[in-house]
Formats: sequence, C-alpha cells, structure tokens
Amino acid sequence: MTWTEHLVIVPVLLPLLCGAALAPLTQGWHRLKFAVAYASALGLLANAVALAWLADIGWPHGMGVYLAANWAAPFGIALVADRLAAGMLVLTALLALAALHYAQPRWGRIGVHFHPLFQFLLMGINGAFLTHDLFNLFVFFEVMLAASYGLLLHGYNVERLRASLHYIAVNLVASLFFLIGVALIYATTGTLNMADMAGRVGTLSGDDIALLKAGVAILSLAFLVKAAMWPLGFWLPTTYAAACPPVAAMLVLMTKVGAYAILRVWLLAFADGAGPLAHYGYDALLWGGMATIVFGAAGMLATDTAGRLAGYAAIVSSGTLLAVIGYGEPAVVAAGLYYFVASTVAIAAFMLLIELVDRIRTPGAAMLALTAEVYAVEDTPAEPKGRGVPAAMAILALAFAACALTIAGLPPLSGFVAKFGLFHALVNPGPHAAPIGPAGWTLIALVIVSGLAAIVSLMRFGVRTFWTAGIVAPPSLHGAEVLPVGALLLVSVLLTVGAQPVSDYLARASADIHRPGLYVDRVLRTPAVPNPAPAAEAP
Amino acid sequence: MEIVLALGIGIVFGAGIWLVLRPRTFQVLIGLMLMSYAVNLFIFAMGRLAVDRPPLTPAGTAADPTALADPVPQALVLTAIVIGFATTALYLVVMIGARGMAGTDHVDGEEPEE
Repeated sequence: MTWTEHLVIVPVLLPLLCGAALAPLTQGWHRLKFAVAYASALGLLANAVALAWLADIGWPHGMGVYLAANWAAPFGIALVADRLAAGMLVLTALLALAALHYAQPRWGRIGVHFHPLFQFLLMGINGAFLTHDLFNLFVFFEVMLAASYGLLLHGYNVERLRASLHYIAVNLVASLFFLIGVALIYATTGTLNMADMAGRVGTLSGDDIALLKAGVAILSLAFLVKAAMWPLGFWLPTTYAAACPPVAAMLVLMTKVGAYAILRVWLLAFADGAGPLAHYGYDALLWGGMATIVFGAAGMLATDTAGRLAGYAAIVSSGTLLAVIGYGEPAVVAAGLYYFVASTVAIAAFMLLIELVDRIRTPGAAMLALTAEVYAVEDTPAEPKGRGVPAAMAILALAFAACALTIAGLPPLSGFVAKFGLFHALVNPGPHAAPIGPAGWTLIALVIVSGLAAIVSLMRFGVRTFWTAGIVAPPSLHGAEVLPVGALLLVSVLLTVGAQPVSDYLARASADIHRPGLYVDRVLRTPAVPNPAPAAEAP
Repeated sequence: MEIVLALGIGIVFGAGIWLVLRPRTFQVLIGLMLMSYAVNLFIFAMGRLAVDRPPLTPAGTAADPTALADPVPQALVLTAIVIGFATTALYLVVMIGARGMAGTDHVDGEEPEE
C-alpha cells in the first residue's frame, strides 16, 4: 500500500473532523466557522482532483483501495476510489464550495449549526461514493440523510417544517427497506462486501436466487426513493422548493447519490457473468426511468414556482440517468455520466439563482421567509449588504438564460453536448452492441420531449420574471451570492469547451465499472499491511 | 421457531405500516418504531436461528467455527438500532416543532378541510 492510497480516506475524515470541531462553537463565530468550512471544502476539492488524477494515471488498474483498520477485504471495510468515484468527489467538492460561498453573507449566519451539518453532509456523500461495502453504504446514507434533515430545517419556518415531516418519514421508511434488503443479501450470499458479493452472485441456485432477487429489489427501493424514480419521487419537489438555496443545491446532488448507488451495485453484481441473475432488473430501471422523465416533464409544465420547477428538472435528470443505466451499454452509460455531471451543475446553479431572481418580484420577501427570532439570533442578518448593482438585472437574466439553456439541452452549453452525446451513443452503441431497438427510440423521444417541456416552462418563467414583472427597483445583490452562480455556470462552459477530455475520462470510468472482474480481483487481493517486524525495543 | 418469529415480525411490521399511514404524527412515529423493531428482528433472523450458541469463542476453549453463532448480524443490528434510535428521536423533535409552530399534529402541518 503506497502512501497515496491514504488519500482515499481523506474525503471522509476531513469533513468529519471539521464538523466535529465546528459543532461546539456557539453563535457569533460566523467568520471562523465559515473559514474552517471553506478551507475544508477547498481541501476536499484538492484531494478529489488528486484522486482523479491518481485513478486515471497513477494507480494500477485505475483504482486505489483503502482497507479500513487494516482488515483484508471481505472481512473489513474497503473504500475504493476509482475514476467514477473520484469524478463524483470532484463534483461534490465543487458544489460544496459554491453552496458555502453562497451561504456566507446570509444563510450561514442564521442558526447555529449550519456549517457543522454541512460538513457532515459532505462526509456522508463522499463516504457513499467511496464505500464498497453494503452496510457501510447504509451508514453513510444515514449520515448524509441525518445531516440533510437538519439542513432542510435550517432557517425554520412552517413551510420547511411541513416539507420535513414528509421528507423525514419517507426517508426513514426507505432506510428500513435498505436494512431489509441488506439482510436478505447477507442471508443469501453470506457477505456484505460488494466485490465479494459480485463473485458469489453467479454461483447461487434454487431458492437463494429468488431470495436474492427479492432482497436486491427491496434494497433498490431505498436507492430509488433517493433517486426519485416515479412514483417514489413524489416528495421531492415540495422538499427542494422548501429548502434554503445552498441546501437545495446540495440536495440536487443527493438525488444523484441514489442513482450512483444503483449504478455501482447493478453493474457490479448483475453484469454479464452473473449466471441466471445477469441483467436482472435492467428493464425495470429502463422503463421506470422513462416514466420518471414523463413525470418530471409533466411536472415542469404544470408548475409555476421556480423552486418546484428546479425540483422537477432534477427528477427529469435523475430519470434519464436511471433509464441509461437500465439500457445497459457501456457507451451509453459513458454518455449518461456526462449528462449527469452537466445537468447536476446546471440545476444546482439554478437552485442558487432562484432566490436572487425572487428578489426582483418582491424585494425583501426573502427576509420575511426567515424566522430568525426562533433561534433568537443576536446579530440579525442585515438586508444583503451592498448597493443594488445597476447591472443586476442583466446579470440575473444572463445567468438564468444560461441555466435554462443547459437544463433544456439547447446549444451552445453543456446540456446540448450531453444530450447529443447520449443520442449518438444510443444510435451507434459500438461494434459489439445490439442495434438500437424500440426502447432506445422511446428514450430518445422522451428526452427530446422533456427538453421541449423544459424550454416551454423555463421560458414562461423567464418572460414573467424578467420581461413583464414591472420591476420597481433593481434587486440588491451581494457579490458573494452572484459569484458562486457565475462559477457554476463557468464550470458548465468549461464542460462544453473541454467536452472531449471530460467525456474521455468518463468513458474510461464507464469501461471500468463494466468490468466487475477487475474490482473483484483488486479489492479481494489487496493484502492487509503486515505487522511491523518486532523491531528492537528502544533501549 | 422460524414460523413463530416470522409471524411475529410480520405482525409487528404490518402494524407499523398501518400506523405510518395514519394522519397524526404521533401514530406515524409509533409506526416507524414498530417497523424498525421488526426490521431489527429480521436482520437477526437472517443470520440463521440457533439456540445457545455464543457469538464469540469463550475464553480458554479452542475455536470451533461450527459451534458459533454468526456475529455479523449482531453487529449489524447494533448499528441499525443506534441509527434507528437517533433518526426516530430526530423525527420526534421535528414533530414537536411542527406541533408548536403549525398548531396541529396533522402530518400535513394543517388540518384537512372538511
């Protein structure tokens, strides 16, 4: 084990330690809290970039394995950083930086525990991306969810309470399903390590197959609730619309954690070599994903509030990803991963933008939404500092247009590249793949129709807001709030400009996860570090 | 023993589902607790049922893996209980907050219109 493999544990440890350090700080230490949290997010970004570089070039087989507490694989907990996981870590760190920066002038100052909870959320998300053990995945999911419950309630008002009552209950029940699924998988395969499980799935027979199928189906319910597959995603728009903007931006990423878990478990356990269980459930994912796209597109058309609009956009993007996983071709999954990154960045930017746009309509309404007195905050956050920027309207309108173009998938931004790549991969899946069938054409049609729905609803919202709003005064914007939106849109532009290297990287990541044998070998054969030789005692 | 345990888990879980679907938050909370008890028992049962088998080797005896109970489900249940308690307690706090702020204990945060 080289020293670089110790970097794999950093994305879990760093936010854990920062969160723990911040938790005892009471009100009034806002600058310190922000500085520590921001430094932690910067560290995570640097670490994630290093991991991505190492996974791509530095490590053999493109993955680093960290055996927690030095127990060899099937018995201990293995953390695995491969190209896909490292890419997700980079995305998480980028979104976290943007959300924290956005929260700096106002949201981070309300209440006491925004920053510690945010760090724990990061720890849960990062851990879920890295872990290679089903029960550990449950633990990281719970850490992530528990932090998200707290963050959803952040800046406590009745609307948020109502949303959380549903969100928490739904997710608690989903966690119970997660446990039932894990228990059934343990009963049939006798292991919780995902690589070990992949090796054993093919050898099952008789009743065990039926039990494992039931177990995995129940387990996937928990992931699909998180990934908001129709009809399990009914809770999502209300919840996301109720959350405060920096939290909503992170929630958009959490939807993708569910889809990521599905991607991981399915491609590892039910690949071609899995005997009678090969490709189990792919059809359900494909058609379920398409139903989700329809649900999300219909929702976008039906709603007129920006928060719900963004929530339904997240559902559409999640549904597309699930359908792509169910389609089951490596080239399509590679294109789907690019779509995943592009749409997550765009929707997160939109979530941050919404609050700024709302200030046009009713200046000060955002302040009324807060009930800071619940926390008896002494230094009540003032109205956003700074004068109304004269160009505020232009900035907002441009940022909105960029978000809308990316979400709808129109040229020239990354959304278009993503959808074009997806269609290209669907029509030309590669020399060894089956030609496109009715399911593929349906998927293409649905993605196009959902793009149309997105254009219609976003344009309607844009016209009402920027054109005919009858604006009295330009909204006052704080530089620290505009900057992260701009940064995320810049990432979107960079994704477009650098589409070739990014999609090459994601294609390699997709090729990796389609070779489960590689994982099984690498994870199970990584030896524990031997005990140091009984060195001569110090005299 | 299997059939008794299976029936027990089924009844508790079923009662939990019924309560979770009720309109008052307190009933939902009790339902969640019942469901998590049932799930914990279920995890235990998945490690195969046996009577009088220690999960670890007693001190001073030779290790005989066939005589041991499976320790993994016990570790899993322990973790699941801790997490389940914590999240249920959190829900209780949210519930109390909702009761205070919304003035009703309906799960929608408002009384349904008659």
